[in-house]
Parts: sequence; structure tokens; C-alpha cells
Amino acid sequence: MHQVTVVRRNSYFDSVTLMSIGSEIKGREGVEEAVVSMATELNKEILLNVGLATEETDAAGPNDFVVAVRAASKEACDAAVEAVDERLTRKDKGAGEREVVCRTVRQAAAEGFGDVAVLSVPGRYAAREAMLAMRQGLHVMMFSDNVSIEDERRLKEYAAAHGLLMMGPDCGTAAINGVGLCFANKVRPGRIGLVAASGTGLQEVMVQIDRMGGGVSQAIGTGGRDLKEAVGGIMMLEGVKALAADEGTDVIVLVSKPPAESVSARILGLLEMLGKPAVVCFLEGDASIAVPSHVHVRDNLFDAAVAAVALSRGEEVPEAGSTELDETMRAAAAEAHAKLRASQRNLRAFFCGGTLCAEAVFLLRSRLDALRSNVSHRPGEEMGGSEARVGNVLLDMGDDEFTNGRPHPMIEPALRNDIIVEQGSDPTVGVVLLDFELGFGSHDDPVGQTLPAIRAARAAAAEGGRELAFVGYVCATEGDKQGLAAQTALLEQEGVIVARSNREAALLAASIL
Amino acid sequence: MSINDLFGKDLGFVNIGAPNFMEDLALQGQRVTQLAWQPPTMAPALLEALDALADDEEVRAANEEAASRIMAAQTRLVGLAPAREVVPGMTENTILHAGPPISWEDMCGTMQGAVVGALLYEGRAGDERQARELAASGEIEFAPCHEHGAVGPMAGIVSPSMPVHIVENQIHGTTAYCTVNEGLGKVLRFGAFDESVIERLKWIEREFAPAMDKAVRELGGIDTKAIIAQAVQMGDECHNRNKAATSLLFKEVAPALLECGVPLDAAKRVMRFMSANEHYFLNLSMPSCKCALDAVSGIPNSTVLTAMSRNGVEFGIRVSGLGDRWFTGPANLVDGLLFPGFSPEDANPDLGDSAITETMGIGGFAMGASPAIVQFVGGSVADAMRYTESMREITVAENAGFSLPPMNFRGTATGIDMVKVLESGVLPVINTGIAHKVPGIGQVGAGIVNPPIECFERALEAFADARAN
Repeated sequence: MHQVTVVRRNSYFDSVTLMSIGSEIKGREGVEEAVVSMATELNKEILLNVGLATEETDAAGPNDFVVAVRAASKEACDAAVEAVDERLTRKDKGAGEREVVCRTVRQAAAEGFGDVAVLSVPGRYAAREAMLAMRQGLHVMMFSDNVSIEDERRLKEYAAAHGLLMMGPDCGTAAINGVGLCFANKVRPGRIGLVAASGTGLQEVMVQIDRMGGGVSQAIGTGGRDLKEAVGGIMMLEGVKALAADEGTDVIVLVSKPPAESVSARILGLLEMLGKPAVVCFLEGDASIAVPSHVHVRDNLFDAAVAAVALSRGEEVPEAGSTELDETMRAAAAEAHAKLRASQRNLRAFFCGGTLCAEAVFLLRSRLDALRSNVSHRPGEEMGGSEARVGNVLLDMGDDEFTNGRPHPMIEPALRNDIIVEQGSDPTVGVVLLDFELGFGSHDDPVGQTLPAIRAARAAAAEGGRELAFVGYVCATEGDKQGLAAQTALLEQEGVIVARSNREAALLAASIL
Repeated sequence: MSINDLFGKDLGFVNIGAPNFMEDLALQGQRVTQLAWQPPTMAPALLEALDALADDEEVRAANEEAASRIMAAQTRLVGLAPAREVVPGMTENTILHAGPPISWEDMCGTMQGAVVGALLYEGRAGDERQARELAASGEIEFAPCHEHGAVGPMAGIVSPSMPVHIVENQIHGTTAYCTVNEGLGKVLRFGAFDESVIERLKWIEREFAPAMDKAVRELGGIDTKAIIAQAVQMGDECHNRNKAATSLLFKEVAPALLECGVPLDAAKRVMRFMSANEHYFLNLSMPSCKCALDAVSGIPNSTVLTAMSRNGVEFGIRVSGLGDRWFTGPANLVDGLLFPGFSPEDANPDLGDSAITETMGIGGFAMGASPAIVQFVGGSVADAMRYTESMREITVAENAGFSLPPMNFRGTATGIDMVKVLESGVLPVINTGIAHKVPGIGQVGAGIVNPPIECFERALEAFADARAN
């Protein structure tokens, strides 16, 4: 054992600093005992107790600094003393900008941090957090799902009674004052306000409005169950009232699957009473239901956007658009068709956007035989996601069955890659239809994630002497962070025919077959 | 409130959950706060009780009242006197101790040592064996300091002959008592009871306290709140660091000691004793906090803490709306630095009434302005500021009376709300000394410690019961 004692006269250091250094030094390899302290009577006693006292330390006083080390070697002792000096002269590294950490929404509200809470905690905690947020006067956007419908109703009743937005549960998209929440595209500001019970349905309408040169004031999400009888459309009704009262909104657009009849009546009644021009897009709904003259009913997303833009410009609203492809697309379809072999009769569509899948099913039901989908509830048409894929199949890959414990394919598009590759080995498949969502919340490069699967499917088909046609739709605007042009170019370089709307993509795919 | 209020407004967002949603809001140039969210671990029934209290208007109003009383308190050292003369309910057989109630058998070694010392000091026993027999005989009535208007650091032992500081809350009429700090090393509060300890206690009784009392009365009392407020601006947090406060006190007392008719050599000894003990003021900081917080006890529906205290075995809290009841859980070990020559096995669990300072909103709650203390936690000044900032999450108000220069002069977080503690999972941060578990060895280190969450859960159950009936 070696021992080194250093006494420095009249060098004062704070005792706490020295204790902290002392404990570090003691933890060094080879060091058995170390005292780093001022030579107060108390500390001198300690030196004595641990056997490190010397004549020099005995003579030292409270303003004298002592380092005493006992270690396995002389080198270890010296290194320890050096380490003490290094520690004493070290510059503070912790003087950076500090942020206030909040653990509860109450604290965040007290600090004045919030108007809107964006919630994506696991469903079993979400209802409580939403209520805590609303009690603090925060509006809520709830992406979380697996919240009971009773809780949803309770939360929305509270919200309605307190003038708050309660978007969700399971609400994927909203845009307030042009700020996209969760999954949202960057769209031009304008005077069209939307309320939607569908995330990607809302995205598609907003994207199409933007592409037509129109703009959006507010986009309110409600979550998919809002228009069920058990919830009663509380948030859609509140949203409509808010948009009707909003001076920045000239046109109201509603997007939803067909609601429960009583709910539908309430909504249409409200629109009638409020009098603001409106477009009601009840997907797959009956476009001929009786409505007042300032309300226009459409059954698909694209037509809803067309009507909304016309209304916002004060133009006459065109009749529901034709479902014919334009010349370019017809030519592209014919070219692709010519490359298919007779066995290649089937469409396989793998959607990230659930509502986009539902719209495609609605549009293609009359055009393709024996179509099946996991979004359908019709007998003979509905299928489980894991069932064998036979015939024309359209799958929502965002369904729980696929995402169970994994991120949604809009966040992680590679989720559908295996299934895309499989299509190359199926001689009955002629066309594969894929959607790509860009914008806030989505993956940074969904096309790039998917290209290897497209190539692998093509290669597999080529082994069987076939060529596979790919149709893609990129739901995005020029303003989206991933770059619409770049993502589109990647697809086109790969020979994917890129459609300009979800509707066009579906019709094009059918037309190739 | 209306949905339309949102439209056209510059919005702030609070993201609770997936951080990528926060990132994309930030990308859009929005003000967004990511919550450090943790799933609640409480039983559903408790959680329901908690939520019911959290936004209750009566509770909110009661807590505001509690916080405003804490902040309004004006505390003054008015004199010193033997405990038997002033401490309520003090009999010749009473021995007060720190923390929630505990029997002789259950006391930790440090506290038992201090009891032995007190019995020797009182002349009730001739040696340690006799003292232990007497303590175990049932003749001695042990009681928490807190139940007699007193507070004591570490073992917190108060016996009838011990002089106590008398601190009055002049706004609310409450009074609190605390012994004279003996200094560091072998001292009673760390369980030491050898001859030097007893001698010092006798000297304090015989010479120090009468002289100090005279000087204080000569001054017409000393404003302890003003000293705390200044000291906090000078780098003390008035729990583990009292250098500035003791100096300020000394500055006031010294001239009076020389002028009040105390013999010069006695005055010299008194001044030397004070100047050698930089923790002197702790025993004034504590009763100042105590008499401020006693004014808050028993406000119906208030969930604000009026005491946090430890007896070396259990940690106990008291909650305003629940009066004098204790809610306890096992005392934690202190996380900190040990003096050279000691190991973690030597440390006694958390001990002493001194967490009354944190209950008041100083101590750990003011650590961000006490940079010299922060290395006890092995951290940086920024860590200390974070600790202090995080206390805002569990408190009702900020005390402008104790403003912290490095934190932009924001007041200390004041009025610990047990509901907020349970809601956030953030526990009060307490700066504290570490006692050796063998009596008489003394302080072996210092560090920070938290109360056990059980105290708060038990208090919540009691609160829910009380409101149900």
C-alpha cells in the first residue's frame, strides 16, 4: 500500500464540492481510501480514523486543503491527486438552457403551455387523460383507440357542455388554423371548413381541394364512431355549429360513412337550420336523399372536393362527376392491359388509408366480380385479413389484425411489403394497387420503403413469364414535407402508374383488368 | 369557452404520447410541450377518488386559503426558555422526539441514544443502562415534537430542562419551539450521549440560553422570516445550508449580546459558540416554518401538507383538511454523499423534523438557488434547478417572499398538494443530513430523500372516506 498526502495552505474549497470529489476518487481503481477536505478539526479526526493523518495534516488548519490517498501503487496515488485537481478546475457543463418538464396536463396548463392536448397514450389511460385535459380547459385530439363507446360519449358530452373540441378517440387527422395534427397534409389556407369522421377520408378531400386550387379554414376530426347511434354525432354537430359561426368559413364539408338514420336526420336538420352552404360526403351513401338546396350530397371523396371548391368560389356546383377516365389514363390503362396474360384477371389492393380502401371498394363493387375486402360488412364480400387472398381483394392494412402491436402502415409502410411480394407468385394477379400518404405524422419516405417489394414482386412474376401492373396513388400536396414530386417520380421511374386521386386510382386499376 | 375561440388564435399544444406528433407540430413552428407522461399505477378506486378531488372547487379554494396563510405568516424569534416552562403539555416525564409517534422499542439506534442522553442530562439516570431501563419502564411519556408545537432536527429529542427557541407567527397567533443547535460531531441529535455532549447541553441551559434570551429580548425579537428571505438570496436553502442565515442572525445578535448586560466573558463564549456553528439557524428556520404551517392545520377540504417528518423508521405526513392525523410509510434511505470513512451500511434511514422546511417551500424546494448544496446529489446546478422547478408541479402557489435569484426571482414552490403529488408521481425533494445508525457517531453524510408514496396514498384514502361521510 502506498500513501500520498498533499496539503495546500489557504486554498478554500466548498465542503460539498470536496465530498463529491472525494467519493469519486474513492471509487477509482486501486484506491483504498481517500480524504479530500479542508483540514477542520472534524476532518482531521476523520484522517486519523482512516489512518491517513500525517504531521503535516495535523498542523494544517481549516483554511488548508488536504488530499490524502491510500492506494495499491504510487502511480494510483499520484493519478488520484491529479484527478482531484482536474475535477476542481473542471468547467461546468450543465449550464445550458433548461426546459420545464411537465408530467401532468394540469401542470402544462398551469404553465400556460396549451390550448390543445394531442393524446396518443394507450387506450386504457386515454379517457382519463382526456378528461383531465378538458377540465383544464384544453381541447383534445385523441389518436388513441380502444376507448369504450360509453367513455367516448361521456367525454363528448362533457366537451359539448363546455365548448370544447373532443376529436376522437381514434381520430387520425385534424387541422386547426392550418396546423396539421397527427396525420395531416399541408394545404392552402382558404374558406372551406371540414368535419370528418374519417382520417384518410378527410386527408383525401383536403388534398383534392388543394390540388384544385381551393383552400381550407379548419378541419375537425371526430373519430370513426361519432355518428353511431351510441354517440349520436355529438362532435360532428358541435363541429358544424362552430364552422357555421366561423367567419373564416364559407363552405362546410362533412365526411363520413353513412351515419345512423337518426343521426343523419339531426345533422341534415342542423345544416338546414344554419343555412351555410354545405357538402355532405356520406361515402357509399344514398346521393339522392332529400336535402335543402344549399346542401349538396356526394358519395365519394373526389366529388365532394369538386363541389366544395365550386361553392367556395361562388360557382355553380357541378353535378356529381363522371366516373370515366380521361384520355391519358385510358391510354395508360390500355398499354398496361396489353402486357397482361389471360390468367391475370385479378386486382390486389393494399391500402394504408382505411377510408381510401372503403372508397375503392364502393367504386369497384359494380366493376369487378367477386370483390372481397376486410373493410366490407356485406355478406359474401367481407373477409378476414388473414384469409387466403383469392380473386379481387382490397385490404385495409391499417386494420388491427395487421397492426397488432406494430405501428400503423402510414408510420411504417414496410408493414405491407411481404404481402406485396407474394403477389408476384400468384398467376391470377394482374394489377397491384397501392396508396401512399405523405404529410405530417407519416413516414419520411413511404415510396422508398415500398420500392424493394415492388421490384421483388415484379421479379417473381417475371420468373413465371408475367408482367405485373402497379397503380399508385400518393395522397399529398406539393407542400408536404416528404416532397410529392420526388415520391411520385420514384414511383414513375419504377413503372408504377400514378393516379391523381384515390378514385382515379381505383377506376384505373379496374380498367387495366 | 367555445370551439370558435380556437380559430385564428396562436395555439399551444401539449403532446401526450408518441413524440413524432410533437416533432411534426414543432416542424410547423408550433409551440408544443411534450408531457413526461407516466401511466398511473394507483388502484382504480384510488384514482377515481383522486380525480374527484383534483378539480373540486371546494378543495381548490381551501388549498388557496392554505397557501395564502403559509405565505402571509410573519415569524419572529421572541426569546428562549426551558421547555417545561413554555412547551404545551410538557411534563417532567415527557420526552419529545422527531417524526410520527413511535415507541421506545421501535426507535432507531440514533433516537434511542439521544433519549439516553436526555435522561442522563436531566439527571433521571446515572448511566446508559439505567437510562435504557427507565426509557423502557413506561414511566417516560414519548410524544412527537409536532404534537407539542415543537420541531427537532434529527432525533429531535426535547426534555423538560432543555432551553427552546420561542418563535411566534404574529399573523396567525401560533407559536413553535425548537432546541438550540449543538453544532456538528458528537451531539445529542445524532444519538451521542457521552460526557462532552451532556456538558455542552448543560452549558447551553446554564449560560447560553439565558444570555441569548436576554439579547433577543433586548432587540425586541428577531424577524426570522426576513432572515430566511435574505439567506435564500445568499445561497442558503435554510435546511442543509444555513451559512448565510446564521451569519445574518449573528450580525443582529452580536451587538445586543454586548449591550444587554450579559457578562463579557459569557457573551464571548456565546458568540464563539454561534460563530463556530454554521447550522445554528436551522433550529430557527424549523420553528419558523412550523408556526407558519400550524396556522394552516384543519382547513376543511384542504389537501395541502402541514408537516413532513421522520422518526428514523417511518416517514409521516399531516394534511390540513385531516387535522392532526399522521399518514405514514417506511422511511427511505438518503441518497447522497458520505463523509470519508463511512459506507452506505452505516447510514440510518431518513430522520428528523427538519423536512418542515420543505413543507414550507424552502430546503430542497429552494435548492435551485443554493448551488453549493447541489453536489450532494452528485449533480450539477442545472439538476438542482430542475428539482426546484419540478416542485412547482406539486404545489399550490409560488411564495414571492422567498424569491430565488438564479430562477429569475420566481418564488419558491409553496403549499404541497397531496393530490398533485399523487397525480404527477413527483415526490417532494428533501435535502437532509444522514445520521450514523450507531448512536453517538454523528453525521455521516448528506443528500436528498423523498417521502414514501404510501403516506400520500393513505392520506388520499382517508380524505375520500372523510368526504364520503
